[in-house]
Amino acid sequence: MAQYKMHLLVCGGTGCRASQSDVIVKNLESSIKELGLSEEAQVVTTGCFGFCEKGPIVKVIPDNTFYTQVKPEDCEEIVREHVLKGRRVYRLLYEDPETQKHIEDSKHMGFYQKQLRIALRNCGFIDPENIDEYIARDGYAAIGNILAEMSPEQAIDIMKKSGLRGRGGGGFPTGIKWEIASKNKADQKYVVCNADEGDPGAFMDRSILEGDPHSVLEAMAICGYCIGASKGLIYIRAEYPLAIKRLQVAISQAREYGLLGDNILGTPFSFDVELKYGAGAFVCGEETALIHSMEGHRGEPTVKPPFPAEKGYLGKPTNVNNVETLANIPVIYLKGAEWFASIGTEKSKGTKVFALAGKINNVGLIEVPMGITLREVIYEIGGGIKGGKKFKAVQTGGPSGGCLTEKHLDTPIDFDNLLAAGSMMGSGGMIVMDEDDCMVSVAKFYLEFTVEESCGKCAPCRVGNKRLHEILEKICAGKGTEDDLEYLKNLSYVIKDTSLCGLGQTSPNPVLSTLEHFYDEYLAHVRERICIAGRCKALKLYTILPDKCTGCTACTRACPVGAITGEKRQPHVIDVDKCIRCGACYDKCKFTAIHVQ
Amino acid sequence: MSSFKIQDCHKQTIKQICESFNNNPGELISILHKTQGEFGYLPEDIQREIAKNLNISVAKVYGVVTFYSFFTMTPKGRHAISVCMGTACYVRGAEKIVDELKEQLKIKVGGVTDDGKFSLDCLRCVGACGLAPVVLIGEKVYGRVEANQIKDILASYED
Repeated sequence: MAQYKMHLLVCGGTGCRASQSDVIVKNLESSIKELGLSEEAQVVTTGCFGFCEKGPIVKVIPDNTFYTQVKPEDCEEIVREHVLKGRRVYRLLYEDPETQKHIEDSKHMGFYQKQLRIALRNCGFIDPENIDEYIARDGYAAIGNILAEMSPEQAIDIMKKSGLRGRGGGGFPTGIKWEIASKNKADQKYVVCNADEGDPGAFMDRSILEGDPHSVLEAMAICGYCIGASKGLIYIRAEYPLAIKRLQVAISQAREYGLLGDNILGTPFSFDVELKYGAGAFVCGEETALIHSMEGHRGEPTVKPPFPAEKGYLGKPTNVNNVETLANIPVIYLKGAEWFASIGTEKSKGTKVFALAGKINNVGLIEVPMGITLREVIYEIGGGIKGGKKFKAVQTGGPSGGCLTEKHLDTPIDFDNLLAAGSMMGSGGMIVMDEDDCMVSVAKFYLEFTVEESCGKCAPCRVGNKRLHEILEKICAGKGTEDDLEYLKNLSYVIKDTSLCGLGQTSPNPVLSTLEHFYDEYLAHVRERICIAGRCKALKLYTILPDKCTGCTACTRACPVGAITGEKRQPHVIDVDKCIRCGACYDKCKFTAIHVQ
Repeated sequence: MSSFKIQDCHKQTIKQICESFNNNPGELISILHKTQGEFGYLPEDIQREIAKNLNISVAKVYGVVTFYSFFTMTPKGRHAISVCMGTACYVRGAEKIVDELKEQLKIKVGGVTDDGKFSLDCLRCVGACGLAPVVLIGEKVYGRVEANQIKDILASYED
């Protein structure tokens, strides 16, 4: 193998690809060739670096130079200056927003300093389409050790000791799940990887599959050995073409190396993996619904028990784990259960990947130890709120979760604390909102999603959520009453208590948590008919600024309902009760004297 | 409904697709994926043909097609526009973009323009949250889109 002095890592994740990172790879390669540096430097397309805000990213190692927002036309300069002459291209370096200094070594970036990467350990370091690179970073060593030295019981025991809990949302201990599946006797069992990431605004599973597909395959094989399954299935969204392609490549390479298929590494253990495509249904994140979908049916959930561990895919014992959970597993066996259990809080071990998005400076994919505070995540890793606005809330857990507010900023993040605060870990979406976001609209947005995604099987979810959404629409349109707020609350509890599956049981959470933390905002909507954030069109409050108004009467003439009065050349006034919030006055005023709230 | 009329050659294609999955009803979703990839959408006649091949009821096929958002019974425009409505895009103003597109194209979400040039849909998270709000036209991704850019973007598609 050729020894290169320098590697140029280019992010090939979906986000950076959308900004032409594939062209950047081509341009870098051709510049390297032109300058005769083909023996010196190599370009590698990797998975996501996480720092999506400033993509596309090009990272140069060994010196850890981190170029941001690279354009295809910058490539020649990077190669000529950095690779040939050893001088960094300063204008492309990441600039620290506080000190305004260019940061030379990516280790010193605030975004990475507080992170601890276990599930994402290989994302952004290796070429996901080359199995040798995974093996070079101890890939497939864990399965090797286990097959050579451990019984399935011993391996399950390590998993239990590590304290790993499912990362898909529920937080069920993985080791116990495996143990249950292993004890059920059957001629055929299945390992299923749930890669049907449906939570809007969460993309951690996709990034792992795109950046490090082999770690998921290896973990599935380990699970197969532990529970006695010879078949693995990955249920993946058809909307993730790049992840699908990378998985297909990974599976065929692993088969070629004898790491999947019959008699793995010369042992009696056989295991193979197949892809199953989802077709876009949020409810399929629920285990039983997912299994029905894999069998070719509508993805409707069924009552548990029987749990999939007993009767799952095609009626056989099935163990379902989420992508991120699986990505943690090989390292646990390499570094030991004690090592993993030493990270995190008492009941939530290890790390969690979050997709940090919304009104925050550093949008991206982060992995942090459990127990970190929201304040650290938002202000140190996330770089604070965009445009210096005021922080209002952060939404975790997607459509099943809730909002956390300023008073939760110093709460350590783990499964139990989030639940206690009225939200949940969920799959790891973390959407930051500022003073311009209306919490009633946010609740409405999530309900809209739930109404669309409800499978329709049980009435509380199908009908109840629709009603919740209608009430929220009414409130946003300025037609709500105080009774509606009470009704919202009661109906939410009924839906939670009577729905069949996890989707319905959690779908009112966005409503309940915004009602709890932002009751004043709801009250303002129904009492004063004001949307403080100015987001609800029908509730915009138009006023005239007396110091700017010249009394030209243009607005008086434009107002279709005669809500504006005043003497000529004197400041005018809008009658709030008459105003229909059409905005005609605002459009007509030449002196920006109309203020909209 | 669409005016699609099934021809013998279409029947042949469907038969081949079903056979490649051993006419196994358990593979219905994979078969629908492949068929939609071939025809662009799944009109009624095609669903009937699949049901016949797999020896299952048309209701079963229709039930699955309408359950999953990825399957469609109406053809898309030559340039399919999808606006990301993931939470990250939503808080950064995707709603305004949808309103502007509806206004410019004079169609609803889920509709196709009369000339079949554009169709408009919303989707949940492309995963390019750093570029929010995001609009996809065909395969091309437009990031950090603002409502006043829509007109120029649409104009760049000539036919």
